[in-house]
Amino acid sequence: MEKLVSIFLFGKKYEVPENLTIMTAMEYAGYQLVRGCGCRNGFCGACATIYRIKGDKELKACLACQTKVEDNMYIATLPFFPLVKEGYDIENIPVNESVMMQLYPEIYACIGCNACTKSCTQGLNVMQYIAYAQRGDFEKCAEESFDCVMCGVCSSRCPAGISHPQVAMLARRINGKYLAPGCGHLEDRVKEIENGDFKELIEALMQKPVEEMKELYNTREIEK
Amino acid sequence: MYSENFQKSIAAVEAAREKNITLEPERMTAKQKEDLLASFHPDYKQDEFDVLKIGPNKGEKVPTELAEILQAHSRITKDSVSLENPDYETDVLIIGGGGAGTAAAIEAHEARADVMIVTKLRMGDANTMMAEGGIQAADKPNDSPAIHFVDAFGGGHFAAKRELLSKLVCDAPEAILWLSNLGVEFDKEADGTMVTTHGGGTSRKRMHAAKDYSGAEIMRTLRDEVLNRNIPVVDFTSAIELILDENGNAAGAVLMNMETKELLVAKAKTVIIATGGAGRMHYQGFPTSNHYGATADGLVLGYRAGAKLLYAETLQYHPTGAAYPEQIFGALVTEKVRSIGAKLVNAKGEVFMHPLETRDVAAASIIRECSERGNGVDTGNGKGVWLDTPMIEKIGGEGTIMRRIPAMWRMFEKYGIDIRKEPILVYPTLHYQNGGLDIDANCMTTNIENLFVAGEAVGGIHGKNRLMGNSLLDIIVFGRSAGKNAAAKAKDVKVGKLTLSHIEKFEKEIVDAGIVTDMTSPKLLPDYTRQK
Repeated sequence: MEKLVSIFLFGKKYEVPENLTIMTAMEYAGYQLVRGCGCRNGFCGACATIYRIKGDKELKACLACQTKVEDNMYIATLPFFPLVKEGYDIENIPVNESVMMQLYPEIYACIGCNACTKSCTQGLNVMQYIAYAQRGDFEKCAEESFDCVMCGVCSSRCPAGISHPQVAMLARRINGKYLAPGCGHLEDRVKEIENGDFKELIEALMQKPVEEMKELYNTREIEK
Repeated sequence: MYSENFQKSIAAVEAAREKNITLEPERMTAKQKEDLLASFHPDYKQDEFDVLKIGPNKGEKVPTELAEILQAHSRITKDSVSLENPDYETDVLIIGGGGAGTAAAIEAHEARADVMIVTKLRMGDANTMMAEGGIQAADKPNDSPAIHFVDAFGGGHFAAKRELLSKLVCDAPEAILWLSNLGVEFDKEADGTMVTTHGGGTSRKRMHAAKDYSGAEIMRTLRDEVLNRNIPVVDFTSAIELILDENGNAAGAVLMNMETKELLVAKAKTVIIATGGAGRMHYQGFPTSNHYGATADGLVLGYRAGAKLLYAETLQYHPTGAAYPEQIFGALVTEKVRSIGAKLVNAKGEVFMHPLETRDVAAASIIRECSERGNGVDTGNGKGVWLDTPMIEKIGGEGTIMRRIPAMWRMFEKYGIDIRKEPILVYPTLHYQNGGLDIDANCMTTNIENLFVAGEAVGGIHGKNRLMGNSLLDIIVFGRSAGKNAAAKAKDVKVGKLTLSHIEKFEKEIVDAGIVTDMTSPKLLPDYTRQK
């Protein structure tokens, strides 16, 4: 017989097997999830969850699909958090800190409490990437925030009302588009294709009998 | 940390590691692959398939679970809603808010069409978000679209529709450039050269990546762009039937609010199905690497309206799903782990195959190792083989794992396994729907006018097996193309009187064929609540 633990879903007590994740425990308890369930694999940030273990003062945050239940765990899911997402035209924005001042001025009201970092479900140094964004160091902000799944827990804990994941999203797009080095071989290849350089080769492949295609495939040279 | 039960086998893996790193296992011959697939690949298990009794593909075999939902009752009757006063009217209606749907929306919007997205959960809740390893494009000097074509055509068993495949490979570099210009952060050298690797079955290193968050990075960027453009997104709303007009052309969809169950009507000049895959159908009882909403909805919508399917009998089982611990059973372990050096090793510490065979071959090989050959590791929840991740650090140097596959490290670290030091256990997991709705090179279905399809819901781009990195590519290439073409087509469309008479007609076919079922479809979500 599997060992059961007591958990409290929105305050109500359920007995569930100890090997379950919070998400599968909710399903075991009978919840047919619509909200708060996405990729079930730690990538999409749909299942942000806040919990406290009875007797522990600290509130913890996690992704429900990535976290095992514990005995006496009080659980509240956070399937949606009203982040602020500012619109902008990626083709027409300043590539320096003034874009942050325009779109997300609240990041300059950060009081350095570090609650965002402490609550990050991905273990990222959130306060640090906001500091990079403040200075317009988008490359570092992008690198530091890269593993963000935009679950929004950081923002739920922020006294300054910062929407950290959206700030980082903007920084990554600026970095990817404007600051990362351009790619010569990619641009060359696009031009070659536009120029029709591969047209004949492709047309030949379109016509080739399957037997000849098999021969071509089975004897092709494979780069080491 | 692995328990005592695993230690003996781990010791064998560790003892052989140095030797296994240098070993270059032979690739299988065409004949060896054929025999292996026929004996061990799930697609060849005849008793897991049913013959369709009705619809455009009547007489063809599809997985039993798919046959059931394709031949199930509609969730509504033609009188459930009034088509007179639609709740939404638009030029282009996009069903699905994943990679293909958002790419289509951006291009349709760029073409100045009125466009809206309806999506069952949130925008970005899609398999795209979970694609880890990368996206192919032949943009290196030693590569060409023609070489890419041969790799994909052969890997897909020479069954791809060539006009679709040529579009895929020829539009690939431009797709990467488009993403780059939107701000997607591809892994690059200091001089801008793309960092590219092999995938299973590639003959050139053309896998572009954004660490092992490649799909997530693409998806969040596309989502951000859709929001910047103020494209209407109706989320937590699924399409449950297509609407046709009196001429038999696609002209909208009946929608259902996933929370309140309210029914709504969307009228459109063109419709794009971008509903994704089917992993949550759990064909043959397999676990899946797919998103919660991957239930083949688009195939059901299309089929009931009369659209043809192509290769719906072929599924992709990703060779390396997590086999342990049980909390992540079936979760994707990216092929990139093998691209950057890890090999597959059996319980005795033996490398039993070349790590970069195509996915169908690799999956069948692992199943053979765990069944007939008895060389699997008992996980307590089935069998698995080792994927020797510490090899990566030995080959690429310390820090390679954190730099190239941080998500994989994170996934296992949560359960006390450090993949830099310990190998991981893997077994095939249901990953990709190779087949889907039959389209032409303009992304329009071959037999319903104004109905476009893009992404995983399409059949025929990859043939009967898909190479790693060609799916992220196809959602961008065909998503964009569907968006552009649907927007252009919408300019000339005059929608006739709306009708749901095809539902009634299909219902009659069910009865006439003697099919007895109480199932309704599309399924929309799996039911994982405990059955007492």
